Amino acid sequence: MKEKLQKIREEAMAQIRAAGDLSKLNEVRVSVLGKKGELTSVLKSMKDVAAEERPKVGQMVNDVRSEIENMLEEAKNAMEAALREAKLKAEVLDVTLPAKKNNVGHRHPNTIALEEVERIFIGMGYEVVEGPEVEYQDYNFTKLNIPEGHPARDEQDTFFINSQICLRSQTSPVQARTMEKGKLPIRMIAPGRVFRSDEVDATHSPSFHQIEGLVIDKNITFADLKGTLEEFARELFGENTRTKFRPHHFPFTEPSAEVDVSCFKCGGKGCRFCKGSGWIEILGCGMVHPHVLEMCGIDPKEYTGFAFGVGLERIALLKYEIDDMRLLYENDTRFLKQF
Amino acid sequence: METSLSWIKAYVPDFQVTAQEYTDAMTLSGTKVEGYQRLDEDLDKIVIGQILKIERHPDADKLVVCQVDIGEDAPIQIVTGAPNVEEGQKVPVVLDGGRVAGGHDGKMTPGGIPIKTGKLRGVESHGMMCSIEELGQTRELFPEAPENGIYIFPEDVTVGESAIHALGLDDVIFEYEITSNRVDCYSVIGIAREAAATFGKKFVPPVVKVQGSGGDVNDYIQVDVKDVDLCPRYCARVVKNIKLAPSPKWMQRRLAVNGIRPINNIVDITNYVMEEYGQPMHAYDLDTIGGKQILVRRAEKDEKFVTLDGQERTMDDSVLMICDGEKAIGVAGIMGGENSMITDSVKTMLFEAACFDGTNIRLSAKKIGLRTDASGKFEKGLDPNNAMEAINRACQLVEELGAGEVVDGVVDVYPGVRKPVQVPFEPEKINGLLGTRLSQEEMLSYFETLELSYDKKSNQVLVPTFRQDITCTADLAEEVARFYGYDNIPVTLPRGEATTGKLPFKLRVEAVARDIAEFCGFSQGMCYSFESPRVFDKLRLDQEDPLRRAVVISNPLGEDFSIMCTTSLNGMLTSLSTNYNRRNKNVRLYELGNIYLPGELPLTQLPEERMQFTLGMYGEGDFFTMKGVVEEFFDKLGMKKRRGYDPNSGKNYLHPGRQANIVYEKTVIGYLGEIHPAVADAYDIGERVYVAVLDMPSLLPFATFDRKYEGIARYPAVNRDISMVVPRNILAGQIEDMIAQRGGKYLESYVLFDIYEGSQIKEGYKSLAYSIVFRAKDRTLEETDVSAAMKKILHGLESLGIELRQ
Repeated sequence: MKEKLQKIREEAMAQIRAAGDLSKLNEVRVSVLGKKGELTSVLKSMKDVAAEERPKVGQMVNDVRSEIENMLEEAKNAMEAALREAKLKAEVLDVTLPAKKNNVGHRHPNTIALEEVERIFIGMGYEVVEGPEVEYQDYNFTKLNIPEGHPARDEQDTFFINSQICLRSQTSPVQARTMEKGKLPIRMIAPGRVFRSDEVDATHSPSFHQIEGLVIDKNITFADLKGTLEEFARELFGENTRTKFRPHHFPFTEPSAEVDVSCFKCGGKGCRFCKGSGWIEILGCGMVHPHVLEMCGIDPKEYTGFAFGVGLERIALLKYEIDDMRLLYENDTRFLKQF
Repeated sequence: METSLSWIKAYVPDFQVTAQEYTDAMTLSGTKVEGYQRLDEDLDKIVIGQILKIERHPDADKLVVCQVDIGEDAPIQIVTGAPNVEEGQKVPVVLDGGRVAGGHDGKMTPGGIPIKTGKLRGVESHGMMCSIEELGQTRELFPEAPENGIYIFPEDVTVGESAIHALGLDDVIFEYEITSNRVDCYSVIGIAREAAATFGKKFVPPVVKVQGSGGDVNDYIQVDVKDVDLCPRYCARVVKNIKLAPSPKWMQRRLAVNGIRPINNIVDITNYVMEEYGQPMHAYDLDTIGGKQILVRRAEKDEKFVTLDGQERTMDDSVLMICDGEKAIGVAGIMGGENSMITDSVKTMLFEAACFDGTNIRLSAKKIGLRTDASGKFEKGLDPNNAMEAINRACQLVEELGAGEVVDGVVDVYPGVRKPVQVPFEPEKINGLLGTRLSQEEMLSYFETLELSYDKKSNQVLVPTFRQDITCTADLAEEVARFYGYDNIPVTLPRGEATTGKLPFKLRVEAVARDIAEFCGFSQGMCYSFESPRVFDKLRLDQEDPLRRAVVISNPLGEDFSIMCTTSLNGMLTSLSTNYNRRNKNVRLYELGNIYLPGELPLTQLPEERMQFTLGMYGEGDFFTMKGVVEEFFDKLGMKKRRGYDPNSGKNYLHPGRQANIVYEKTVIGYLGEIHPAVADAYDIGERVYVAVLDMPSLLPFATFDRKYEGIARYPAVNRDISMVVPRNILAGQIEDMIAQRGGKYLESYVLFDIYEGSQIKEGYKSLAYSIVFRAKDRTLEETDVSAAMKKILHGLESLGIELRQ
């Protein structure tokens, strides 16, 4: 019996070693360990073994069985590992082949610039508000200290609908509308479309966008205006950006200023981009004129405030170095895809 | 506005400054210098020489050899071809190593042309004698220069000195951007006053004094101003025994450098005073004035008048005219008449310095289509108190130049004298507005240089009338800020009550629209808000279509920009067309922009502005691609209810069989479809175009950013597949409505998984198959739970004429 088991074991080992693939290995398993397998038939013949021998023989059969099972398992693992290895080798990719893109669309540069401006001011506690694009002249002019007959009503080359209504030539009417609501303090920006009677060319468009800013509170100073806009310029154009406030005139602010930022191309040394001056003009601003506060129902003795207006296209053109304003309104995808 | 540095220096003694220093400092104090030009930029080593001897060139007929004294020990030899040289003449000579600005033909060479010693036909030449053109100037501005040849100096110049200086070319011209509130700075004096204040120098304006020659102006002229509202002041003086002659060189130079052509002493004086004082003047030949009378009145309607440029112009009754006893002789503030202009035979002259209403002049100039230097000044609204000083200054110059004899007295019609404005001096308010801590004394020191006087007793600042821009404390604060320096004002951030920064709901929804569109491959376009009324025909709109009612611009840039859009489609199709014609493939665009829908027409109230989310595409994708984008958008806005697509949307610009209104909670919130091929043709797009337009105001009430976790299903679902043969005119939407309505409370979802039309299906029918899923949240469903619902669904479907396939 012992020899027989030994023989089965050795034969099984030989067969396992010879098995070339998993199915052969399975055949070995069936032929040795299966119901009709050799080892099983040994077990079946246990009844012929003397009773006192049975535990011993049984033990031997089990030992051989587990030995063969282990071998089978090992051989199987080795074979599977080899197979996986081969599969991985066969699956090598040329990772430099083109990507499968989702062809996500692109945002308009104006919007990208606007979102950046909004982000900065929302972070400083400003609310974004909107106003009508077709506007009463009363809001576009009169309430901004530009009475009838004032040259600015002409100068700005406004599109008129009739004697009362025009296309707003600036976002400043939103100032008046916000102040009239009477909720103080105010910290708001108002982005939007404005219209001026300019023929289309590389630097002009009859329709463009501005972002208006307005802060009204007690004790607001010109120094606060400077601080706010310096912060804004650094956020938008970079940490090292310097600002220069130059006196200017707007009917609805006093004192008024124009703001230049140091050229972000050359850092202020002077280049073609800033026409050699080292500075680039980006916005107009000032302290809200007391007449404007009064006309909008705010007591200028108690409250002061500042306002500013930025040209959105100007920022987009500068920031993204777009050399022709017409590109912004043609909507050529070859242009839009670059943003 | 332009001034030369030398003219500014005439009123600011001891003023030493470089062009760049001046530019920077003036800009920072509020007189923005836009740029400057140094007249001698391209001129170098040019002196006054005297021709001692002229000899013929041995080898050239057209050249001569000159010995020229340049103030050195020995004369230098110069060969020239100029035809006008004579011995004894004093001429500009550029020496070896110097530069001239251009050629003899007047062509400028940026950087100049270097001149070196050389040989001309074998004879040495150590420099060049210059024409006015070579010095970068023109005969217009230097009328004494010969037409063809070397510039000849007058006798009294000194040999060896700088010719550049002698010609007044050692000067800089500054160009300013003057803001509309600073009318006083449209004059040399005004800018000089600012310069003096900016650099802390003394300002010394001309001392105006007229000698007079006896007589009485009232014997010569009466002035009657009928329309005082349009002519608050009219000053007149008379000059007799006029001697017309060229004005002196210093005056010619100042005018020339400012770009004004010298003509004769009288014209030059009026121009000079206009530049100097900013007060336009006019000179009439008194002998042409009938009835010794000036009448200032409004024109008759359609009155015809010939201005001194020889043009006949038609007035209307708002234009102010200057008339004599019989006829009109000038358009007030704009241009004089041909019938009263100064000619060479003038003997007696009337000087006019008036003040006219700025707005009226501006509108009149527009109406008659004539804008002049004078009207450009008047329309800014001049200070009437400046007129008297200016007319006297002109008469003073007449006397100094010996151009005539000034009759004593001034006619001055000035019924409403303008007085200085008083503004209370509130230093703490000024500091409060600026965020500074300046002392009273410091503030007052700035006011002083600006001629704003302070009356301590009444604590008022007296503002001279030429500063019409100063009326309140904020204006005084600006003066303080300008001269303290905007740069020196501290930098702080607003304190006080904190506010929350936020984006309103509408803008948040628009941000989602952008995100979804871009995820789906659409890029953002921007279109103009105005368009041509012709787009309505292009879009095949019915004549009665309400979209044809548009807001019309009264002064458009042209018909193409004349109405405010009532639909966003034209903008989208135009953009797609641009791309198509540039051969861009697979184009997907979106736009967020307003349409403008008028209420009553003509407009009495503002039109309704409705934000449209417009998507358009051609190339890859179809109707259902577009529908997918729309649905993704609704999903992101939490619009979970069933969305309806109604094919009876009746849009002429869309394919009749491929269009739908999008319906949500019984509200039409937009539409989508394929563009009608005729419309695509009209826009030159040779592919199928799909669009979707979502009306944001209709959709906003349904949008929400609230989300609630509903749990993940824990019990198994029961699936039922149904396959059916459906009459072709039944829409999938109708089947889905039926399933949704009759599915009961366990209905979870349903999805179309097969659609077939063709040979195996009988004529007029199509085959559809749906998978329906039922599920309960709290238990495993029993067969009986589902079968009742299924029965109801099937009954309903059968009622639509649908046959179920087994």
